[in-house]
Amino acid sequence: MEFFSALMNHAFLQYALAGGLLASIGCGVIGSYVVVKRIGFLAGGISHSVLGGMGIAFFFGFSPLGGALVAAIASALLIGWVRLTWREQEDTLIGTLWAVGMAIGILFISKTPGYSVSLMSYLFGNILMVNPEDIWMMAGIDLVILVTVFFCYQQFLAVSFDEEFARLRGVPVTFFYLLLLCMVAVTVVLLIQVVGLILVIALLTLPAAIAAHYVHSLGKMMVLATLLGMAFTLVGLALSYGPDLPAGATIILVAGVTYLISLFATTLQKRKVMRRQLQQAMK
Amino acid sequence: MSAVVSLKDVTFSYSGPKVLDRVSLEVQEHEFLGLVGPNAGGKSTLLKMLLGLLKPLAGEVRVLGKRPEQSCTQVGYVPQYPLFSREFPISVEQTVLMGRLGVSGLFGGYGRRDRDVARQAMVETETIDLATRQLCTLSGGQLQRVLMARALACEPQILMLDEPTANIDMRVETEIFDLLKKLNSRMTIIVVSHDVGFISGYVGRVACLNQTLVCHPTAAIDGEAIRSLYEADVKMVEHHQH
Repeated sequence: MEFFSALMNHAFLQYALAGGLLASIGCGVIGSYVVVKRIGFLAGGISHSVLGGMGIAFFFGFSPLGGALVAAIASALLIGWVRLTWREQEDTLIGTLWAVGMAIGILFISKTPGYSVSLMSYLFGNILMVNPEDIWMMAGIDLVILVTVFFCYQQFLAVSFDEEFARLRGVPVTFFYLLLLCMVAVTVVLLIQVVGLILVIALLTLPAAIAAHYVHSLGKMMVLATLLGMAFTLVGLALSYGPDLPAGATIILVAGVTYLISLFATTLQKRKVMRRQLQQAMK
Repeated sequence: MSAVVSLKDVTFSYSGPKVLDRVSLEVQEHEFLGLVGPNAGGKSTLLKMLLGLLKPLAGEVRVLGKRPEQSCTQVGYVPQYPLFSREFPISVEQTVLMGRLGVSGLFGGYGRRDRDVARQAMVETETIDLATRQLCTLSGGQLQRVLMARALACEPQILMLDEPTANIDMRVETEIFDLLKKLNSRMTIIVVSHDVGFISGYVGRVACLNQTLVCHPTAAIDGEAIRSLYEADVKMVEHHQH
């Protein structure tokens, strides 16, 4: 309750909440693709190698988020190309890009004069530092994601479902696959504000994975995952406010615990249903 | 009658011994061809080559008079091992609609005609009652019919099936081949199978593939004769290798 009265009075909390809600849209929509296509590891590689771009941007005095956006798209294309070309060694190569990206970031940041604490806020996120400018950028990214998914829904679905068949139907699979990875990349940048690039992968996958327990179409999954993401950011913010906990980590814990409870509950439910069917069959 | 599929001296290897060795084959329009042979004999490889998924090391492949990459949209393909996850959150109808992808433009969704064609394909394969079911709730036989519906939704001129009845019991196998027989009146069908005895009752011609290829008409021969022919061929091929 303390949080809600504070929310009324403090603009920074309102911005934080707005940022969290905007990020939830991207993570719900694109996270659903990440979950059904099982590219969590790819998304992890993209998000961690973003540090390289941010480090370089820091060093040359550009906006870190701009650097993050460029780095995210570059690493998405690189990782996509690696997967399409060397499928056998995919995991090793993505692991390499993952580590090399972070190493580049650390080198550049350590050589940046006046090494700043704000780096931490990109690693672990600081939703409380979201400013109106960030909100506009996040809204813009959401718009790009929603428009792209609206026009390419069937094609993304086909590429996620069965690449070989899509290719046989004359769908330019490589194009749509790379476009999808670019969407993952911009979503990562969207989420960096909220939970930081280390924890991005959790917010990208957990809401969609929970949604997959309850709904059975990609479209419904996106809607439910978005709503869940919004709930997690709201609850996480509220919980973290009183005891002054890091908001990003709290949001992730809320999402993680919910996921485990949901997994447990749906597994129990499934067993119960199966046992009942078995009993009816015996009668 | 014209050849819809023609292979000339096609040779292929993945990275090692030859999988296909100077294979030549012509398939006529409205033919029902059974492609049989032992495991690792190159049956699936040959099919993938006809679809343009693999390129021959030597020789020429033409499907409907074009290169396979250009003609693949006019071919319906039923894979042996679908690449998708059975847990994918998608309904039967959505899966069948995927067959319309190449037809309805590059971007955007499906039109009314796409839905009609998909519906017709589901009626033909008797999967219309499953339309709203989730893919993960289907049995092996039901899934196979759905994959056939997806291939029919392409409105193909040639239908290619890779072991369509590998994991299915005899009764469903008969149903599926009865359906193929019916479809044969309006399209060319190439079916890969390891069970030459069973398919010889349906197909018009059998192509035996074990690196090299030998064709037999089935018209005048019963199943048992084919079986012995087939075994003799395998020996011949082994002899050829030495």
